[in-house]
Amino acid sequence: MTTRIFGSGIRRREDPRLITGRASYTDDIKLPGTLHAAILRSPYAHANIKSVDATGAAGQPGVVAVYTGEDTDGVLNGLPCAWLIPGSDLKTPAHPAIAKDKVRYVGDAVAVVVAETRYQAEDALEHISVDYEPLDVVVSPKAAAQDGAPQLHEDVPNNIAFTWALAGGDTDAAFADAAVTVSDTITLPRLIANPMEPRSALAQWSAAMGELTLWNTTQNPHIARFVTCVVTSVPEHKIRVIAPEVGGGFGSKIPYYADEAITAFCSMKLGVPVKWTETRSENYLITTQGRDHIEEVEMAATSDGVITGLRTTVYAGMGGYLSTAAPGVPTILHGLMYSGPYNIPNISGTVYGVFNNGAPVDAYRGAGRPEATMLLERMVDLVAAAVGQDPAEVRRKNLIPKFENGHDVATGITYDSGDYESALDSCLSAAGYEALRAEQAQARADGRCVGVGVSSYVEICGLGPSQVAGAVGFQGGLWESAIIRFYPTGKANVMVGSSPHGQGEETTFAQIVAGELGVEVDDVEVIHGDTDNTPMGWGTYGSRTTAVSGAAIAVAARKIKEKSRALAAHLLEAAPEDIEYEDGRFYVRGSPDQHKTIQDIALMANVAWNMPEGMEPGLEASAFYDPPNFTYPFGAHIAVVEVDPETGRIDLQRYVAVDDCGVQINPMIVEGQVHGGVVQGVGPALWEGAVYDDDGQLVTGSMLDYALPRADLLPDIEVSSNTTPSPHHPLGVKGIGEAGTIASTPTVYNAVMDALRPLGVTRVDMPLTPEKVWRAINDARNGG
Amino acid sequence: MTVPVEITINGKACSGEVEERQLLVHFIRENAGLTGTKVGCDTSQCGTCTVQLDGVSAKSCTVLTVQASGSSVTTIEGISDGVDLHPLQEAFWNNHGLQCGFCTPGMIMAANELLSKNPSPTREEIRHGLEGNICRCTGYQNIVSAVEDAAKAMGGR
Ligand code: FES
Ligand code: FES
Repeated sequence: MTTRIFGSGIRRREDPRLITGRASYTDDIKLPGTLHAAILRSPYAHANIKSVDATGAAGQPGVVAVYTGEDTDGVLNGLPCAWLIPGSDLKTPAHPAIAKDKVRYVGDAVAVVVAETRYQAEDALEHISVDYEPLDVVVSPKAAAQDGAPQLHEDVPNNIAFTWALAGGDTDAAFADAAVTVSDTITLPRLIANPMEPRSALAQWSAAMGELTLWNTTQNPHIARFVTCVVTSVPEHKIRVIAPEVGGGFGSKIPYYADEAITAFCSMKLGVPVKWTETRSENYLITTQGRDHIEEVEMAATSDGVITGLRTTVYAGMGGYLSTAAPGVPTILHGLMYSGPYNIPNISGTVYGVFNNGAPVDAYRGAGRPEATMLLERMVDLVAAAVGQDPAEVRRKNLIPKFENGHDVATGITYDSGDYESALDSCLSAAGYEALRAEQAQARADGRCVGVGVSSYVEICGLGPSQVAGAVGFQGGLWESAIIRFYPTGKANVMVGSSPHGQGEETTFAQIVAGELGVEVDDVEVIHGDTDNTPMGWGTYGSRTTAVSGAAIAVAARKIKEKSRALAAHLLEAAPEDIEYEDGRFYVRGSPDQHKTIQDIALMANVAWNMPEGMEPGLEASAFYDPPNFTYPFGAHIAVVEVDPETGRIDLQRYVAVDDCGVQINPMIVEGQVHGGVVQGVGPALWEGAVYDDDGQLVTGSMLDYALPRADLLPDIEVSSNTTPSPHHPLGVKGIGEAGTIASTPTVYNAVMDALRPLGVTRVDMPLTPEKVWRAINDARNGG
Repeated sequence: MTVPVEITINGKACSGEVEERQLLVHFIRENAGLTGTKVGCDTSQCGTCTVQLDGVSAKSCTVLTVQASGSSVTTIEGISDGVDLHPLQEAFWNNHGLQCGFCTPGMIMAANELLSKNPSPTREEIRHGLEGNICRCTGYQNIVSAVEDAAKAMGGR
């Protein structure tokens, strides 16, 4: 029975502590004697700092210390950028934890107050006076790259942090020969990730031991330790980073922030624990945002709708500084995916990474791939309209035919396996596509604005082979490791370096061990998040945790199985090759009664009374898994909307998702990831978008102004799946964390555009708010 | 400038000397040490701080501690002993109604009030009833299923 646990939707083992309010997130942790930090932030998007006078704050009630950039200068090293993409003339200007001379976005840290209570620390901020000399501001990444734009960093002409180019085939020839070309400029606004748990850091310095412990809302505690070492100069082995319960991240808890460095600095100065927790308003200003693309895109096709070329110029906003992984997002994770699920023989793209006066931009769920899928799916719909064919049919004729083991695309990467047409067919039939089109025709005849949007997608996941990581400038590896340790009673711990924070791997990882070794799920406890008791690993992002960390567990489990087989043979006085394994039992071939269970083996290996010659005691294995390739999950989604032309209001009526993430370990969790992912992608299509005004002030500075998806705005999502195993993965797994977010933005956008087409509306920038849609309809009516 | 307060939290009297401006959520978390109630925003928008105040659900970030003095508060820690689960807790677990869990205490407290007012809500009514609570992980669908399920378990239908 137990082996069948692998692949079944068992309920999650992490839930009891979460549903009862007994889990501890960073801000829930209380250490005796903790002081509280509050950080003074620049109210200007761009200004020189002429002076900072903190004396007024020092005497305020409860205040223990006040520090400015003068204090951290030379003590804290600058925050590093860790994705140095090669061949792009990348500039990495200094990023001090506390600004001393200049601020570059609203929220840039200028000083910190440490006090007995948080209320006191925040009160005292008002008593620090800073003399700013405001400078001109630039917000749009395209405007920032023009001659004469305000310069954020002295040594970065035209604010261009990097220029990255991609070319496969002969794009110019493809366009010169094309019967049909379409083009559009697609704006993907900045998105605010909004994990429900704000970021937080609690630092405890032990001067006697020279040791720093940092509780931190991070998706990758081992990277956080690495970078804490770089920034604070505390040796890496003297730093312990703990990611306790982490309340979502969606990419925004990957980067290393000034705030944790400042908190550590304060604790090291004062010798007591110091805690900092951001307010939601701070989160909106300082936590890394996503997207901020202006994409100028053209597609070439035959008169029959066969795509022959794609050409792009992309301006990607970086914000005031380069965040930890920022340069890799609009390049490696974006441009390399320009072929999508289609055969596109000729592809070229140029991406400018541009500094602009906003919060730093970094990975946000999907990271680069939603931006690529958006432009492709928009172009395919424009081609379909241009050649007068059904958008699903145009997709079908361009999809890469089914392949099981490797397919090269023009961007230079090799997809692992794919069956894109089956996914599209499944989705069309789940949605009842033909009937939908008939209903749409009827609705149009009745004067109603109904639209159907289709998209196909493929994503690059399971990041990734470390050799490739090195080749593309990622300043780390991308392997994962796992230790499985069996105790005498037959129970086991699994220790991993990845760091799930809502994705449910305490359950899926136990299911992997249960599946491999025939133990009960409840006999396996998964340990993660603490650098002191987990093996090294690179963290949870890029849909890589189950794909890479899960593979390490499977490999370690197989080592346990081989050792167990050898020990069972010895104990049963048989040859190892005569030992069969089934469902947690090792038996002599032909005589199943003569057997040892995995629990028997765990006991005998741990007591080591009777080991074969040369075999070490204990039943423990570790594995370092470096994937041979990325994984490439894919799927097709369909949305149905109705637009009220009088108000511009959009009603999302149906959403149908068919995803193929390879083998599923826990389908319930997979489905949950699709639900959440889809909704996060619907958000930017319809409601979400950070708006900065011309002065660089964040207009959408709270949950009141930044419209997050709410329960009453959404239909139930119709989810189903296909299974195309990854050929190179030990379990056939691909990953599902980002799929929904990647597919749903273009799906919903295309549905709305489909609804508006009869009214003559051809483009509206996202998010498709009622006001924008209403204006577009009226402009079209007035012959615009 | 502190004032004495006494609030019954989960049946237990909690007293303290607090600043007049202290928010109830901070009293619950810092003074009473009950950290199941979360702070997800500073504009009363997210609902992670939802508790029951004298039997009515309230966002505890919008109430001053002094206003709640003499009242009785139920938090997520008070709806079950953590072992024998409340039907809503059980239903959230069974329906995968949570991922990171940060919104969950507030979501369960809000759903509890919803069911006390409407023991057999439709999915539509549940969606409307929970629009004051934000979840960024689940897309709400399984939360709706969980509340539907709990309604049945609690005898609604
Ligand atoms: S903390 Fe967000 S509503 Fe109370
Ligand atoms: S479960 Fe993470 S916010 Fe709801």
